Amino acid sequence: MSKINAMTTNGNDKPLKKVCIICAKANLEDVYASLVLANGAVMEGIEAKLFFTFFGLDAITKKQMHKLHTATVGNPGMRMPGGLPFPTLLGMIPGVEAGVSAMMRSQMDKLDIPGVEEFLQMITAGGGEIYACKLAMDMFKLTREDLHEEVSGVLTVGDFYAMCGGENTQIIFT
Amino acid sequence: MATKTFAGKIIEINEEGYLVNASEWTPDVAKEIAAEEGIELTDLHFRVLDFIRDKAGSGVALTIRSIGNSGIIDIKQFYQLFPGGPLKKASRIAGIKKPSSCV
Repeated sequence: MSKINAMTTNGNDKPLKKVCIICAKANLEDVYASLVLANGAVMEGIEAKLFFTFFGLDAITKKQMHKLHTATVGNPGMRMPGGLPFPTLLGMIPGVEAGVSAMMRSQMDKLDIPGVEEFLQMITAGGGEIYACKLAMDMFKLTREDLHEEVSGVLTVGDFYAMCGGENTQIIFT
Repeated sequence: MATKTFAGKIIEINEEGYLVNASEWTPDVAKEIAAEEGIELTDLHFRVLDFIRDKAGSGVALTIRSIGNSGIIDIKQFYQLFPGGPLKKASRIAGIKKPSSCV
């Protein structure tokens, strides 16, 4: 183990033990950032807790999880294929956002990046845990039945912090 | 490059403990590397290692998902067979390079 760490740390650093990741947005890229971080953690033997709140709840809501989009309006990172700027007005045309999102998903599939549901299953298979925020659930009038079965529970912010204890633990907000 | 004796053979390894030449790998070498990781290899482990070695030979990046789709084991079993960093540990035991995939 020490050999493996030697490359990336100075040898005195204590390795990361646990990450608590918060996802508050429903954009495809924000949700995936959280999923990749959580899955990457369990792959490395790091404990991972994934907490979805506000619009991030879409990622674990059965009705919404397969329909995540990337924003084509107000997204300065958007470019046309070939690298030309993507006009905001074009992003407003019905169907464009769905098309762009579909294109992104097919690109991800080529890299063996799974869909949201399969990703959640991969994370829990590795021992990661997935939670929903109680306050946001109340706001959006969601119940436990609306959530995917990989979700371990609904937490208050206090419950969440209670889970984030322990040395070498980091909280990440994507 | 460092060398290490596995199963009575002097084998070249890199600074992270991965075999430099996949061709120097034998099942006995695998058993000794696995012992370093605290794993005792079973037939099921070897079927997974064979799959990983085949996959590496074909030049495709190895992912956790591809192992789940291998038909040999599911992802949960993979974590149980190689606890605490399965893709890296299995790659090291299989005598292939450190995986460069993020999924």
